[in-house]
Amino acid sequence: MRFEERFYDDSFRVKVGLAEMLKGGVIMDVTNAEQARIAERAGAVAVMALERVPADIRKEGGVARMAPIRKIREIMEAVSIPVMAKVRIGHFVEAQILEQLKVDYIDESEVLTPADEEHHIDKWAFKVPFVCGARNLGEALRRIAEGAAMIRTKGEAGSGNVVEAVRHLRTINREIRRLTTLGKEELVAEAKNLGAPLELVQWVAEHGRLPVPNFSAGGIATPADAALVMQLGAEAVFVGSGIFKSEDPEARARAIVKAVTYYNDPEKLLEACEELGVGMPGIDVSKLAESELLQTRGW
Amino acid sequence: MKIGILALQGDFEAHWKALRELDVDAILVRHAWQLGELDGLIIPGGESTTMLKLMMSEGLFEALREFGQRKPIFGTCAGAILLARRVTNPEQESLGLMDIEIERNAYGRQIDSRVAPVRLLPPLSDEREGGQIEGVFIRAPIIRRVGPTVRVLATYAGDPVLVEDSLHLAATFHPELSRDRLIHRQFIQKVGGLSG
Repeated sequence: MRFEERFYDDSFRVKVGLAEMLKGGVIMDVTNAEQARIAERAGAVAVMALERVPADIRKEGGVARMAPIRKIREIMEAVSIPVMAKVRIGHFVEAQILEQLKVDYIDESEVLTPADEEHHIDKWAFKVPFVCGARNLGEALRRIAEGAAMIRTKGEAGSGNVVEAVRHLRTINREIRRLTTLGKEELVAEAKNLGAPLELVQWVAEHGRLPVPNFSAGGIATPADAALVMQLGAEAVFVGSGIFKSEDPEARARAIVKAVTYYNDPEKLLEACEELGVGMPGIDVSKLAESELLQTRGW
Repeated sequence: MKIGILALQGDFEAHWKALRELDVDAILVRHAWQLGELDGLIIPGGESTTMLKLMMSEGLFEALREFGQRKPIFGTCAGAILLARRVTNPEQESLGLMDIEIERNAYGRQIDSRVAPVRLLPPLSDEREGGQIEGVFIRAPIIRRVGPTVRVLATYAGDPVLVEDSLHLAATFHPELSRDRLIHRQFIQKVGGLSG
């Protein structure tokens, strides 16, 4: 089937539809029912069920896999908002299991240890929607071609440092703007450079945006970080370790929710920051060895 | 005519585009003081719990309740939940502006979301061939009870999915995500008729 047909297919519209509903909201990483309830109470639009937050995965090492089912189920039962869960890149059986469990969204995530170094999951084969990370436009379009209904920046998860999310968001936006300035005949070569299907490149050149919602993730730790990525064009925000690795999770969660709604309103942003203490300890990403980076997983 | 779209969270942009297609001047509402100049308001789809929290903490809850006693509001999905007098699964607070009882996530989880034909009832049934329009249901609620002041305008699988009273309009699906503008036009007529 051609992408255009798939894109206007009811099943895909329903997947993108849920992403539309999450816009202007905050999706929070949680590791148990109690944290999920705190997130919901603070105004999260969804929670991401995980065994360990990225900062702990980074610290403890080992193979990071899909969270235990018992844990995800406990979180699904604790809250009324959508529940997402992560699978390893290329691990389509973890995804089959999560679909059977009826989670609301699957994140095929570089935060977990990849199960396949060459192939991502064929997401068209699933009824449950997928979100995937991207560092640039080519990567975003490859994931969309595979059936992702939402894109998020990869950033550098568990770093508490927003610099990579900013880089990825700016890169994607710059590359989209560039496409809109190219002539039709130039798009073929550009598709080759980007490593993305021509019809998707043509679609983006014509519309000046991604064909699915574009969210931001990876290193967002403060209300100011969240408003920064929103002002740079993100349509919603994922916060991982930033909330439950801080000293004041509930207040911080509330403040980040407020900052995403009022991202363009400095008066409200000041209010949001007013009652907060220090955020999670961060990492200078430029000091990390190449092998310690999570964002280079997947392609 | 000036219509506002509550932009605390959700698919307010899709509503904005729908109104623009109908040449209606719309503004995004995030502050109580913005309500003063409006003839009508749309509460979009999104997460009702998130919108409710923000309404409470940002001083919009009482202002919206007051606005809705005089001016028309159109709620889709989360918006319909916020308009309802009683909300279940779980019980939560709402503006209580329409005499309906609504159950959240009543079809199940995202995997049960769907695009399905919605059956139009009079006076809308003659507006479209076959008396049907498309309904996009995303983790949708079901209206379990309608009070005597409320009229059912459309149904799906026997349940009311589009209802109105003398002021307000509520849909459990998302007309803003379809191409057909029948329902938005219906709301604009309501606002026009009332603001004269």
